[in-house]
Amino acid sequence: MKYEVLKLLARNARYTHDEIAVMLGVDEKDVKKAVSELESDGVLKGYKAIVDWEKTDNALVSAIIEINVIPKAGLGFEEVAEKIMKYPQVESVYLMSGVYDLNVVVKGKTLQEIAWFVSKELSTIDSVTNTTTHFVLRRYKEMDVELVCGEDDDRGQLWV
Amino acid sequence: MIDYSKVITQTVREMKPSGIRRFFDIAASMKDVISLGVGEPDFQTPWQVRKAGINSLEKGKTKYTSNKGHSKLVGEIAKYMERKYSVSYSPETDIFVTVGGSEAIDACIRAMVSDGDEVIIPQPSYVCYEPITRLAGGVPVIINTKAENDFKVTPEELKAAITEKTKLLILPYPCNPTGAIMEKEDIEALYNVLKDTNIVVLSDEIYSELTFNSKPHSCVAAIEGMKERTVVVNGFSKAFSMTGWRLGFACGPKELIAPMLKIHQYAIMCAPTTSQYAAIEALRSCDEDVRIMVEEYNRRRKYVVNGFNKMGLECREPKGAFYAFPSIKSTGLTSEEFCEKLIESKKVAVVPGNAFGDSGEGFIRVSYCYSVEHISEALKRIEEFINEIK
Repeated sequence: MKYEVLKLLARNARYTHDEIAVMLGVDEKDVKKAVSELESDGVLKGYKAIVDWEKTDNALVSAIIEINVIPKAGLGFEEVAEKIMKYPQVESVYLMSGVYDLNVVVKGKTLQEIAWFVSKELSTIDSVTNTTTHFVLRRYKEMDVELVCGEDDDRGQLWV
Repeated sequence: MIDYSKVITQTVREMKPSGIRRFFDIAASMKDVISLGVGEPDFQTPWQVRKAGINSLEKGKTKYTSNKGHSKLVGEIAKYMERKYSVSYSPETDIFVTVGGSEAIDACIRAMVSDGDEVIIPQPSYVCYEPITRLAGGVPVIINTKAENDFKVTPEELKAAITEKTKLLILPYPCNPTGAIMEKEDIEALYNVLKDTNIVVLSDEIYSELTFNSKPHSCVAAIEGMKERTVVVNGFSKAFSMTGWRLGFACGPKELIAPMLKIHQYAIMCAPTTSQYAAIEALRSCDEDVRIMVEEYNRRRKYVVNGFNKMGLECREPKGAFYAFPSIKSTGLTSEEFCEKLIESKKVAVVPGNAFGDSGEGFIRVSYCYSVEHISEALKRIEEFINEIK
């Protein structure tokens, strides 16, 4: 049941416990308990709105930074990742297979601000050998939500 | 100057316009209507199925197939019927592919019904059975199924409807609009009434994949004694979200299928080739997609039924299809009055139950092939409406 609750909340975090209980055919108190346990176990980490910032006046610039790391004693991938993730500008950090090691998403008010952050804070980390910065030009889909030309319901040509 | 009033046949002139259609027209003329009225899935056709259709076009597969359908598809249908519903049909003689379940229903009725033959039609049910019966020269005999029987056909009701003119019994389960299903025991009870007659059963099982019961769907032909007298109609529209692809099929003993195929040969020639290629893929690789859809429909089903019962509109639990059929009798309004007032005051569109037969009066049909969020908004407005008209 916990898995079902998670799937529903991942789809729409605003479902109430009662709504989830009805959809799963269980008691509301069981849903409440499940959610509480998932939160305290650190499985349910938070509830955030998905915002298309481009449609506001407060859009930030995003960049995906590819980072190569040569691990050293005391400063391996884990340590570098954990250091990077502490920066508030850093939205996400992933360890990757392939040509580079860490994928870091950074947000800033301007391109220059991000470029400066990368060169001052990320490139200078001992063990980091290389950074490549790619700026996000346009977002099409995020967190399973289409941001661009959402599909219209084109049913209703025929009711049967 | 041509006199059109002398041209069209009386039967066609007298065909009543669909009650569903009227409400569709009203809803379509208004802006920002929240609809719970459509009868087709909101899911996309699974991607691999669309790909198969696209690939077939790229390869130039745009010629006619054989009348009864592409041999690979007919083979897959035979396997599907065996695997899912435990009925064996020979791909050579017992199956053909049609333009939607609709064409199979039409071919079956036209092959078996002519002047004065009676066709037993349980209602409330899908609107096509009565008009097609009349077009064939037949006489519809309506069984008004009851809410307290979960809208199933009872053996007593069936017995009372049979006369020496009865040719065909239509069993549309899982049922649009009631969401009712007939289980093995229910069909066995009907078999006991039918067994000494020469009546054929047309079993419209288009919603067979959409059942929310502890037991899987019972194909009518799988019940002991029924196969020899049953034409099973099914298709791809609802299960695989392929409504616009227009593809279905009919299965039955060759003595019933061969005559239907004759009609199909002359009237249709063959079902759309692209759709057939897509459908082969659907039957081969979409079990998981169907499972996910059914799970989602099930969540919505519980949500909708709970919502109506909470606001005081008694809604029995539908076990199939994607419709709920709550009673609006407690409001004192007729179904049409309710739907008209609801759409005018709250811009929510639902279909009046009497569009599906007189026994649907006092009910509304609510589709749950919409997101929970959409349903939630509609339910909220309906509840406001109920409170305002108290």
